[in-house]
Amino acid sequence: MSKEIYFDNSATTKVRKEVIDVILSTFNENYGNPSSLHKKGIQAEKAVEISREIIANALKCNSSEIFFTSGGTEANNLAIKGAAYRYKRRGKHLITSNIEHPSVINTFKYLENEGFDVSYIDVNKDGIVIIDELKKEITPETILVSIMMVNNEIGSIQPVEEISRIISSQSQNKIIFHVDAVQGFGKIPIDVGNMGIDLLTISGHKFHGPKGIGALYIRSGIELIPLIAGGEQERGLRSGTENVPGIVGLGKAAELAVTGLKEFKSKVSELKEHLSRRIIEEIPGVRINGPICDDPHSAPHIINISFKGIKGEILVHAMEQYGIYLSTGSACSSRKSHSSHVLKAIGCEDEELEGAIRFSFSAFNTVDEVDYCVEKLKEEVKELRSIIRR
Amino acid sequence: MERVYLISYSEIGLKGENRPFFERTLVSNIRRALKDIPGLEIERFHGRIYVKAEGDLKEIRDRLVKIFGIASISPALRTHPDLDEIKRGALILLQEHKEYNGKTFKVETRRPNKSFPLTSPEVSKVVGAHILKSLNGLKVDVRDPDILVNIEIREKAYIYWEKIPGLRGLPVGVSGKALLLLSGGIDSPVAGWMTMKRGVKIQAIYFHTFPFTSDRAKEKVVDLCRVLSIYNSPIILHVVNFTEVLKVLQKETPSEFLTILMRRMMLRIAERVALKENALGLVTGESIGQVASQTMESLAATNKVADIPIIRPLIAFDKDEIIEKARRIGTYEISIRPYEDCCTVFVPRHPKTRPSLKDVEAAERDLDVDNLVEEGLKRVDVIIVS
Repeated sequence: MSKEIYFDNSATTKVRKEVIDVILSTFNENYGNPSSLHKKGIQAEKAVEISREIIANALKCNSSEIFFTSGGTEANNLAIKGAAYRYKRRGKHLITSNIEHPSVINTFKYLENEGFDVSYIDVNKDGIVIIDELKKEITPETILVSIMMVNNEIGSIQPVEEISRIISSQSQNKIIFHVDAVQGFGKIPIDVGNMGIDLLTISGHKFHGPKGIGALYIRSGIELIPLIAGGEQERGLRSGTENVPGIVGLGKAAELAVTGLKEFKSKVSELKEHLSRRIIEEIPGVRINGPICDDPHSAPHIINISFKGIKGEILVHAMEQYGIYLSTGSACSSRKSHSSHVLKAIGCEDEELEGAIRFSFSAFNTVDEVDYCVEKLKEEVKELRSIIRR
Repeated sequence: MERVYLISYSEIGLKGENRPFFERTLVSNIRRALKDIPGLEIERFHGRIYVKAEGDLKEIRDRLVKIFGIASISPALRTHPDLDEIKRGALILLQEHKEYNGKTFKVETRRPNKSFPLTSPEVSKVVGAHILKSLNGLKVDVRDPDILVNIEIREKAYIYWEKIPGLRGLPVGVSGKALLLLSGGIDSPVAGWMTMKRGVKIQAIYFHTFPFTSDRAKEKVVDLCRVLSIYNSPIILHVVNFTEVLKVLQKETPSEFLTILMRRMMLRIAERVALKENALGLVTGESIGQVASQTMESLAATNKVADIPIIRPLIAFDKDEIIEKARRIGTYEISIRPYEDCCTVFVPRHPKTRPSLKDVEAAERDLDVDNLVEEGLKRVDVIIVS
């Protein structure tokens, strides 16, 4: 298989060479423990602090507000559980949406068992949180709202600023606002101050950084109960010897993502538009799930399309034969047989649920790749339909 | 004093003239299973096999209990034919197993080595008395003892009491070769295992239908072979790329016959592979009535296409029995991984449950069957799994 066309960048991305280089040199030379007293320790600590600075700059916050974690899942858990437990005396009501990533949804399910009361608000057919529902759900008991920035399956962008405004205007009490920005960071500009965000999650491997590293922004003044007890690293919030190579790699990847953001956006939007236009024009029986391309609520890099009469899984494998890597709904759930909660939430029928394919781009992708993919899709969709439909 | 495993085999003992062949096969299977264990020595005489090996005793035991043809395994002590050593050995063995407390016992001696000064009853009496004196909590019962301490005096003496049940059956390799139609499901690995138990060496064939089933389904089958290979020695797995054949069937035959026609094609291809590999039969995991393609009518229609015997060890088993066996064999956890094996996409909505042979053949009439078989045979990968 000579060709390799990777359109599964929402699952994970290829690590950039520049990032690998800094990781390798950290492993080789800067191998100290940041907590050690000697020079090797100080060097490692410095490297960690430089990364913290880079990420803080990217989010327009202070570097003391950045905390490293093992990735997006841990950051989401820390944010949600940490805030819920810390502020439970103010109230036990929490709000999230019903299209969140499993690391958020399942954390809320866990908290329900712990005696918290959770409202899961609906989204409209484009996968955008229904603001009126949010308004209705806020009570004096509400202590935390968690809404994702960009949905990983359909690419809908949530109105984060509007949500933040509503949260602060609807309640006398301070409600903590957490944003899972795993699919948003490096894709759309983020300014946590202007956007009114209190907690924000990012994950390295979604923007060409390494796996196993992520970060949580915690607005100064907000306290969380840590999940992990130990040597008090990360100011006691995340114990465990720092993953220095990972942190350095995360910093490098973040730097490149932010400096390349404009270029990324224009490039992948073009790919997305090109792909969706060709598919709509040339393949019958398709449906775009989520916001369409020119919608301002549509993320530049993700598009979800249903091919009627075909199981997404089979189409993924069929395309794999040509070296084209796609995904059904989300990678996290692709091994489970149950269908996507996100597509259900936006009202997809069974047939559309089954036939859904997610294309997610990176700046490494090209128009030629998209064209090749569409050609192969045309052939395979036709072939598969002729076999399956009887 | 040294530790050995005394291995007994029952069924082989009944085999008359072929017995040496059966025994040799069993010894060579044991040798292969333990080949990486240091200090391995295997002796065979008088209907017993003695295995001596250094290393982790439990590991050796775990491997021996997975060899077909072994009736029981007794961890034994081998000593000089000296009464004091025998007494000491008997105590060591009993003490290693704390459960002796409150139990009854009896000593039984055999003495093929007639140069030993005491008679068998005398040995039993002396050793019995020694045990009784040395270990509290044991009582003698000569009629129905909980623990039977065996002493065998040959050139050396052997002391043992524990009997770990083996798998029984016949040593793999004494009954020729068969080709197992292996899917990722629960049944077929069990069917293969049961055939192996009768001494049949197994190769496997898997029909892969990528992209309709994923490569993970294929990996699952390889993993199943890996478990079966523990009982069999390396398994040769033939992976047939069946997608093109399936596409033709799907396009050109009535949907309600699809499953049965698919099975007929699989059997035809399998038979050709079997003949090439000198396998004398095909093994399937079919069980009557489990699904539409396993009714008596369907079985009859499937059977028709193969000339060599089709072995169906599970034919009268129900699902629970099969699952229980799969658990014991160690294939269950692999079989239930959620990757579809024979793609559900192709299961017709209304399969014929009682197809007449005439109808099945009519449904197949316009197909160029020979050509399709050749097509399937063109795309076979062979994987050796050990």
